[in-house]
Amino acid sequence: MHQFKEKLIKYFFLLNGILVIIILVSIFYLLLKNSWPAFSEIGFRGFFASADWNPTSYEKPGYGILGQVLSTFMVTLGAMVIAVPLGVATAAYIAEVANPRIKGVLKPVIEILAGIPSVVIGFLGIVLLGPVIADTFGLSNGLNAINGSILLAIMSLPTIISLSEDAISSVPDKYREASLGLGASRWQTLIRSVLPAGLSGIIASVMLGMGRAIGETMTVLMATGNAPALPGSFFDSVRTMTATIAIELGEVPYNTTHYYALFAVGLVLFLMTFIINLVSDIILHKYQEVE
Amino acid sequence: MSNMNKLASDHNTGKGNHNSPNINKMEARNLNFYYGDFQALKDISLPIEKNRVTALIGPSGCGKSTFLRTLNRMNDLIEGSRVEGEVLLDGENIYRKEMDVVELRKKVGMVFQQPNPFPKSIYDNVAYGPRIHGVKNKNELDRIVEESLKGAALWDDVKDRLHESGLSISGGQQQRLCIARALAVKPEVLLMDEPASALDPVATAKIEELIEILKENYTIVIVTHSMQQAARVSDNTAFFLMGELIEFDKTEKIFENPSDQRTEDYITGRFG
Repeated sequence: MHQFKEKLIKYFFLLNGILVIIILVSIFYLLLKNSWPAFSEIGFRGFFASADWNPTSYEKPGYGILGQVLSTFMVTLGAMVIAVPLGVATAAYIAEVANPRIKGVLKPVIEILAGIPSVVIGFLGIVLLGPVIADTFGLSNGLNAINGSILLAIMSLPTIISLSEDAISSVPDKYREASLGLGASRWQTLIRSVLPAGLSGIIASVMLGMGRAIGETMTVLMATGNAPALPGSFFDSVRTMTATIAIELGEVPYNTTHYYALFAVGLVLFLMTFIINLVSDIILHKYQEVE
Repeated sequence: MSNMNKLASDHNTGKGNHNSPNINKMEARNLNFYYGDFQALKDISLPIEKNRVTALIGPSGCGKSTFLRTLNRMNDLIEGSRVEGEVLLDGENIYRKEMDVVELRKKVGMVFQQPNPFPKSIYDNVAYGPRIHGVKNKNELDRIVEESLKGAALWDDVKDRLHESGLSISGGQQQRLCIARALAVKPEVLLMDEPASALDPVATAKIEELIEILKENYTIVIVTHSMQQAARVSDNTAFFLMGELIEFDKTEKIFENPSDQRTEDYITGRFG
């Protein structure tokens, strides 16, 4: 009887595990099935190599996603340029320098930062950051790529900080001792031996933060101005892939090319985040093997 | 450069030094050490003779490693730890306020129990110390790396694979790499915390041979669990028990005719 119970529990947990895989595969199948007609109707070139996204035009509808992909890359890249140095430095401070009391304050605050709803961050982008950017750079409109980058940087900071801190904390003390024993200062020890030893974990944290930034929708939808054109600079309004789907999917007629094209955009996005997560996973595993 | 000349002249007179009247390179005076409320060292006074090997022996937890780490202030890193008394290096207290810990650790190098090369190449491991102390010139670094690896009797083993990982060589070689890394900053004193305890007998013998050679140029303090090792490599031996220094004397005296009953009990294996 007891054994039967044990087995039952075991299968229950197994079932949960399998369920997650089934859901993932189903989503992928759904995206693939619904986006296939888009590829056959638009063609790969018209879809990937064109920046003309104008699906509602009566005369000459365009379904090129180049502008959106570029927008997504720009906003994400900008976010990483801001968030990586800030996040790694904060993580190093918490892991290596901060005394337990400061640590006890900082860590929960950073976790709270992760819990702020994206719509609130987007709101701050519109009413606070937008006007500041417009004033500072003399623009008519502060809703642009740089605004989105700053907001996404703030949103990916918690991920980068907490995972980098784990990576730095798990660097064995023997490396610190070796370095200090050779007469290195704490700063030299951090830069030359602790950070290099924790590098793969830090890179993985950055990749996960980047995954978060690429997939983020509401914030960029609100703060980047939504101009579906090929962006020229960080001060142009842009519209990312996520924002496009969020704005248009609610109003598109079912089973039209436009409908399928939005699924295709979703598929591209899915593959991008999937690859990023996969790469960070591989890096993390490599890191664990070294230890 | 002045360091180098000094090293060279030390080398020339190495043997002479050994026979000349004893000079104390370091000396602990009434040293107390606390981890929080726990007193780990009780009123230790102990001279460290120049160009000699001083062995610290005693059962686990007797304070011998703690004492070793007070000699280059590695214990500073432990939160809640406290030091009373003095440790002199060339007659000056290393716990004085204006002491530069970086300078101290350059002069008093350390080799740890577990071989701990950085996850970098063999070359970069040895060059780590010189680089943090400002040596940038490639030729000079090459020369220091070669010299240090030769000093640690490792050059012939690794000269063709200097750019392979320091973790790719055997445990014994890794420990000699750590010794080479310590030598590269041209220390005057070498502290060794059970340097052979993680190694097999052959690798241990090599480390002991190396210590024999190194004492020509360096003052060495070695913590060891193995009494045979202490008897083989050291000139002086200090026996610690529960934070106290029980006996300090010439190694032969300690092992052949100890003055204290507790030393004799430990040496003859009655406890510990």
